[in-house]
Amino acid sequence: MNTEIQSKNMPRYINPYFGGVLLGLLLLATFFITGRGLGASGAVKSAVVTTVDRVAHQHAEGSTFYSKFLTDNHSPMYSWMVFESLGIFLGGLISGVLFGRLKKLRTEHSPKITSKTRLIAAGIGGILFGFGSQLGRGCSSGAALSGTAAFSFGGLIVMLFMFGTGYLVAYFFRKLWI
Amino acid sequence: MGPLIPQGIITGEWDFVIALLLGIFFGFILEASGFSSSRNITGVFYGYNFVVLRVFLTAVVVTMIGLLYFNYMGWINLDMLYILPTYLTPMIVGAAIMGLGFVIGGFCPGTSYTGVAIGKLDAIVFTAGLFLGIFVFSEAYPLIEGFYNSDAMGRITISEFIGVSNEVITFGFVILALAAFWGTWLIEKRVRKTITEYKFD
Repeated sequence: MNTEIQSKNMPRYINPYFGGVLLGLLLLATFFITGRGLGASGAVKSAVVTTVDRVAHQHAEGSTFYSKFLTDNHSPMYSWMVFESLGIFLGGLISGVLFGRLKKLRTEHSPKITSKTRLIAAGIGGILFGFGSQLGRGCSSGAALSGTAAFSFGGLIVMLFMFGTGYLVAYFFRKLWI
Repeated sequence: MGPLIPQGIITGEWDFVIALLLGIFFGFILEASGFSSSRNITGVFYGYNFVVLRVFLTAVVVTMIGLLYFNYMGWINLDMLYILPTYLTPMIVGAAIMGLGFVIGGFCPGTSYTGVAIGKLDAIVFTAGLFLGIFVFSEAYPLIEGFYNSDAMGRITISEFIGVSNEVITFGFVILALAAFWGTWLIEKRVRKTITEYKFD
């Protein structure tokens, strides 16, 4: 019953094809202005590099991975991706306020599972996604969307295998959603 | 004339302002399309909501056509665009791990930020997971560095790989997208009749 009441009060989303056209035009503008596409996972990487550098500076400097992103003149947080991702958060907030979806903290889950199960799954999913995004050279935004739209072969590979694997394993995790 | 920043038409000091503005539009479109909800997103894997496929493929096709048009009009130099380099096997493995994370976690990084913005606890936990996952990768990097850099194919495009023009690839994507929109519309209608756990507006 509760979900029914919620869905009746829930404001509608914009038409998906209209949203797609807007996203396509935004991505085109991004390529026109910056020469590169949009991204999302890069900001978290900057946060990881910054945290490790603060907590264990020598370890970070000695690592072939962290040292790639460390420079003497500024923090890794001072990057294009971090500001863009801050924008994603703000844009989501503006839309949430405008459509009345900004509410107190809550967990969205299927009636078949508890909030706790949902949160554990979200955590595991995040860990896998974060790890995979490094091997994939970007996530759904940077590699699959921006990569493919700029005709990158690697971008198309990430898109195909990300969604392909999703469909392959979806059956085993159906209790989480339906 | 474009791309503007690589050509020096807009100078570097505007970088972060532009980044923030483009990000705001990006986040707005993601949230307004319904991507702040994990159950909307995963509908694409179970057939009850194909909004992800619709937004994604429409955006890819619009950008591809736009880039070709801008190139034809001489407004952008396609050779100056950043083409994501291809590392075939690591990218396949990475994408497969992301696909698994997608189905279990219900978000991808960009969409989880918009979920955080409107107060979804599951999105906050997902984002914390991203941090942990990238941290584990970074610490394990010395062990997987060889694999990470294997199978390098450089900045190869789909067109170069197949041996046809960008125009043909774009046309192929348009046909594919239209077929997918029609096919998934039929599937969605059937699946929604049988699903009771999820209400649609």
